[in-house]
Amino acid sequence: MSFLRKSVKLLSAVGAVKNNAKMIDQLGAVSAHKGYSSSSSGRSAENRATFPGARDAPFVNDLKLTMPEDYAPIPIYRVMDRDGYILNDNEDPQLSKEVVEKMFHDMLLLSTMDKILYESQRQGRISFYMTNFGEEASHIGSAAALEMRDIIYGQYREAGVLVWRGFRIDQFIDQCYGNVDDLGRGKQMPVHYGSKELNFVTISSPLSTQIPQAVGAAYALKRRPDNDACVVCYFGEGAASEGDTHAAFNFAATLECPVILFCRNNGFAISTPSNEQYRGDGIAGRGPMGYGIATIRVDGTDVFAVYNAMKKAREYVLRENKPIVFEALAYRVGHHSTSDDSTAYRSADEIEVWNTLEHPISKLKSYMVHKGWFNEQQETEFVSSVRKQVLKQIAVSEKKLKPNYREMFEGVYDTIPEHLQEQQRELEQHIEAHKEFYPLKNFKQ
Amino acid sequence: MKVSTLARGLFSAIKTNTASLTRSHFTYYPTKLTDGSGGAQKMNMFQAINNAMDLALEEDNSALLFGEDVGFGGVFRCSINLRDKYGKDRVFNTPLCEQGIAGFAIGVANTGATAIAEIQFADYIFPSFDQIVNEAAKYRYRSGGLFDCGSLTFRVPCGAVGHGALYHSQSPEAYFAHTPGLRVVVPRGPIKAKGLLLACVRDPNPCLVFEPKTLYRAAVEEVPTASYAAELGKADILREGKDVTLIGWGTQVHVLLEVAEIAKKQMDIDCEVIDLVSILPWDTQTVCNSASKTGRVLVAHEAPFTQGFGSELAAYIQEKCFLRLEAPVKRVTGWDTPFPHVFEPFYLPDKHRCLAALKDIINY
Repeated sequence: MSFLRKSVKLLSAVGAVKNNAKMIDQLGAVSAHKGYSSSSSGRSAENRATFPGARDAPFVNDLKLTMPEDYAPIPIYRVMDRDGYILNDNEDPQLSKEVVEKMFHDMLLLSTMDKILYESQRQGRISFYMTNFGEEASHIGSAAALEMRDIIYGQYREAGVLVWRGFRIDQFIDQCYGNVDDLGRGKQMPVHYGSKELNFVTISSPLSTQIPQAVGAAYALKRRPDNDACVVCYFGEGAASEGDTHAAFNFAATLECPVILFCRNNGFAISTPSNEQYRGDGIAGRGPMGYGIATIRVDGTDVFAVYNAMKKAREYVLRENKPIVFEALAYRVGHHSTSDDSTAYRSADEIEVWNTLEHPISKLKSYMVHKGWFNEQQETEFVSSVRKQVLKQIAVSEKKLKPNYREMFEGVYDTIPEHLQEQQRELEQHIEAHKEFYPLKNFKQ
Repeated sequence: MKVSTLARGLFSAIKTNTASLTRSHFTYYPTKLTDGSGGAQKMNMFQAINNAMDLALEEDNSALLFGEDVGFGGVFRCSINLRDKYGKDRVFNTPLCEQGIAGFAIGVANTGATAIAEIQFADYIFPSFDQIVNEAAKYRYRSGGLFDCGSLTFRVPCGAVGHGALYHSQSPEAYFAHTPGLRVVVPRGPIKAKGLLLACVRDPNPCLVFEPKTLYRAAVEEVPTASYAAELGKADILREGKDVTLIGWGTQVHVLLEVAEIAKKQMDIDCEVIDLVSILPWDTQTVCNSASKTGRVLVAHEAPFTQGFGSELAAYIQEKCFLRLEAPVKRVTGWDTPFPHVFEPFYLPDKHRCLAALKDIINY
């Protein structure tokens, strides 16, 4: 019944459409779509669309599927080649020797610490570890382009950002041991770092949850008077498949937040290669057409490319109060974690290429050699001093007591509510009566 | 069945049997202001919530209010006029994505700013379950206190509304009651709604306020116009009695108040009625004191029976008041089914089911 009535109304409305054609003509300020010519259009009035859902789109009269192949892949920005030569002098960031040396040393420190902590997990000294091999340049290059007041949200493979910001070897290792000096009070697994002082929000295991959070933080920063801080959120290309990533990209765009959405695309999510993760043009491909976000794709093994791009991204997000999708392409040279053997799903030869020819540290080293800034002896000494520090710290950190077990009840709420105090007392009484069954000597009393 | 027959059936039902759609399973018992200090104004629950948010936005310039359709006033009118008053950078629509709303709110709160986030219906809170349970609730704990999202409050319309069926009727408080780190509260009317919302906004822990949506317009009382806060974690004894303790929250409190009245009139049974108010952390003291006094307890909630919050109450009372109990703790709840459309009158723990259960425990 109601359908028929509507049809009648529609029919009688057809006449009115002609009268409205002029109005519609004026409404639709049409910008010609790049990918389509309007050659097949007939009368001009019909070529003006006024649908609220896509205001700028023109009509076409030939049916054509829009294919992924219609779009060229977003190019990869790089500054130096694999031999450490600057490709375009205009793009040389002209960083001072001191800055480049800090970049190099921080990458080496991260890599050296990773090797030793990885081994110490294999020896059963810490419960878990994740290395950063192959991605050192994307951490250091991006961190170097930021200000300390910029807030970082990470996934778990961004320890280099902390290194750049001054997180100390003892802080890394104390966290991995969850001892009494761990800033996180022994509550999370190893590599779940956080530092209020360094504006690095504590890592959590659920993937992608940090991305909409980073967007919210950026929105709050934007509202501060004279804001000059942005938010950078790191995540892997696997995490980008989570619903939270979609949420974050869309919120960042519609709510206009100064956030850099930094994807570390290293080709693998544990064993899943990126061609089983998505079929579009990586993560960068989602930015401009998908969410209306300005996008940069860089060579993540080129520390200068990452640095330049982040400088530009930071400037853009703060100037425009808009987000940027930033995709750094690299290769996960190490295993996913200490619980993974990656040769079960990829070849050792492939890994070897990325560990030598395309390795971020060797690229920067070559650059320094050309500049005459590289000193073999200094490098050896630096690495061996880091090794010594890390090994010594492991010995110190593993001897430190864990926090008092009562701290288990702290931080659930701002204060310990009555029911938790009761449970704490219950545990105290139980432990008092059964001391011998608990590892009390390892915990601060 | 032919579509036309179905449509005709529906049409005639609307024409001839409107009472079946407006049927309400409770009578609202307004809370009376005890002290007359300060001004008060007649408000229904959505107006009281609107008033609370108005005050929250006025008191704290960092406070933001957002969610789906909150900009024009909200589908339940709770945020009406607030965008005009405080600007669209403070009161705004988000894209339609609950996990995004929750994650965004956590991020806002991470910076210390106040976030009041609305999930349009409690039934749609599940996409944000991960953000609420794994993230919001654990933020302070996992970071050793370095970071938190305590300045975050979720407002979530919940509960039966007469015809909401599966996805506009749910009461998911028990899912969240199993999550350390959250505060979960349910108001029974305008005064409480305003007080709880303001308390949650100021509380340094992430809070969930489940607002029984059937009360938005139905519940009217004199609400203080000034800013005030209800005590979190505290139950209210709404009616004192010596024979049986009746415990509920939200709309169910009004069902229980009517049950108490009928029990008194028809059977001379003295019921003590407790509005639990806070689901997590909950007021064990008030509940146990009352249970120890009366020796008989009936817990009623709209949510399903199995693992509903009534189970927690029953188990706790049994453990702490074992020697004082004269009868098993009785739970009158929704059935262990999804919340149905046309069967709603048979689904709800209405006064008749509560009265029948009350007789059972009195005669035990």
